[in-house]
Amino acid sequence: MSGLVVRDLQVVFDGFVAVGGVDLTVPSGDVRFIIGPNGAGKTTLIDAITGLARATGAVTFDEHELLGRKVHKIARLGVGRTFQNSTVFEELTVLQNLDIAAGWHRGPLTLLRRRSSVPPEVQNALETVRLTAVRDQLAGTLPHGQKQWLEIGMLLVQNAKLFLLDEPVAGMSHEERDATGELLGELSREHTVVVIEHDMDFLRRFARSVTVMHAGKVLSEGTVAQVQADPKVQEVYLGHPVEA
Amino acid sequence: MTTLQDPPVAVEASAAKAPRRFHALIGFGLAAVVLFALAPVALGDFRLGLLAKYLCLAIVAVGIGLAWGRGGMLTLGQGVFFGLGGYAMAMHLKLADAGPGELPDFMQLYGQLDALPWWWKPFANPAFALAATVLLPMLVAFLLGLLIFRRRVRGAYFAILSQALCAALAIFLIGQQGTTGGTNGLTDIQGFFGYDLNDPINRRMIYFIVAAALLAVLGVAWQLMRSRFGELLVAVRDGEERVRFLGYDPANVKLVAYVVAAGMAGLAGALFVPAVGIISPAMIGVVPSIEFVIGVAVGGRASLIGPALGAIAVAWAKTALSEKLPSAWTYFEGLLFILPVVFLPGGLASLAMYLRRRRSTSTEVTS
Repeated sequence: MSGLVVRDLQVVFDGFVAVGGVDLTVPSGDVRFIIGPNGAGKTTLIDAITGLARATGAVTFDEHELLGRKVHKIARLGVGRTFQNSTVFEELTVLQNLDIAAGWHRGPLTLLRRRSSVPPEVQNALETVRLTAVRDQLAGTLPHGQKQWLEIGMLLVQNAKLFLLDEPVAGMSHEERDATGELLGELSREHTVVVIEHDMDFLRRFARSVTVMHAGKVLSEGTVAQVQADPKVQEVYLGHPVEA
Repeated sequence: MTTLQDPPVAVEASAAKAPRRFHALIGFGLAAVVLFALAPVALGDFRLGLLAKYLCLAIVAVGIGLAWGRGGMLTLGQGVFFGLGGYAMAMHLKLADAGPGELPDFMQLYGQLDALPWWWKPFANPAFALAATVLLPMLVAFLLGLLIFRRRVRGAYFAILSQALCAALAIFLIGQQGTTGGTNGLTDIQGFFGYDLNDPINRRMIYFIVAAALLAVLGVAWQLMRSRFGELLVAVRDGEERVRFLGYDPANVKLVAYVVAAGMAGLAGALFVPAVGIISPAMIGVVPSIEFVIGVAVGGRASLIGPALGAIAVAWAKTALSEKLPSAWTYFEGLLFILPVVFLPGGLASLAMYLRRRRSTSTEVTS
């Protein structure tokens, strides 16, 4: 089946079970939110899928097995991710950041020459993530929200089919959140999107399906309404005074 | 100011690229005038010979600027590659001095050898020796780099490893006195491909070759820095992990910069031999390797011209100070390393950039 399929995934650090047997299926075109209290294993799950954390079990994306592959090989299969703290290249311009993200398949001759024009996919991404106006600005000078958009733009030009976004709207203003939500909607037309998020309001507005994790396991899964109605979820998560 | 008559902002973006290239051409032209016209006229034979030596150090510095300034690899062991290039050249010149079938002088002295060791033999061939001065360091850097970068050795560990390799090579050379000249190194080199190095005219010729090599190396570094590879290298420096998630293997990117820097150091070593007339373990060990880096730090590691100018300035200061106050140089050298690292991480080049930026903001205000 196409999309992301995770079977019995386990990640153990020095005897501590960070992810203990997770099964997860995210079909193509879904916008899946993964929520859960701190330490539930959400980021570790993404680390395992992208090759950063060693894991056992099985992870396939569009029928390619991911576990055991190196990070950059997994990226070449169309799996892209962002990080909680944005990790754009601060001393390069927005354009340079995007151009690099678009280029892993370039040959030595292209690499040794200067970039003579803006590649069309980079131009499209600039418009999609609304950064055309700050194209030649150093990425380090961008406000937080725009850095996160730049990260998403980098995934776009990288030709990622699966977007794994780790808290993309943390620290954003309301307007920025709304804009990011719209962006996720646009992305989902051609991509599969998985979002780790704490912001319940954001989740209710933009999630198509939700997976709740707790203590390294999947606690509940379904639509926003189904998950909210699940007594197990209410007990560990929504039961706490989250403005419901 | 001319900026007042310049066309307004809209044209600036498209015009900005052409002047940058133009500036670079002017820079290269100026450097060529200084190196090929001014210096030979202004300096006597002795000082010109010293300048040739400094320019060799500047060639090493350009490579370090690429690997360290742009690639983030603190190459504290460039003496290894400088030494490989230098010894490859010196071995050939010693064999040429000795004449066909003869052993170099030092082997006859304390080698107790009947025949040339097998690994000396290919260096009798000038084409092989010349190619080896650059290709041998690059090959060694390639093999080392494969091991080091694939295993993700970086930061201080990389620096310490480089330094250790440097010490190892120097110790090895000292231990093999019969075939390498030991502590003395390969000395008293008389000729350079048929030209007598005692003749001042030929020594001037060596200076011009070194100056041309420096310009060529700067040209290579300039193209690498402005290319897409140069942008990628900075990305690897600032976010190695992030680059991995974009589908690149950063080990390969670093490897290219490391190998190019090694080739430059090898070339510098090869030119150092005819320029100075000697190569010895003391010139390629830990201390000279650190001195290479000091020049780069002072000049500004991430800029194109900074490392070269810094290397020349530090080498010149070393000569000048050791002539007057022999014991003070070591302290001064320590200071030279600490000051830029603490107060001016971008080196003198960043000072120039800072002044330019101030000037441009003040013209903006006035216009």
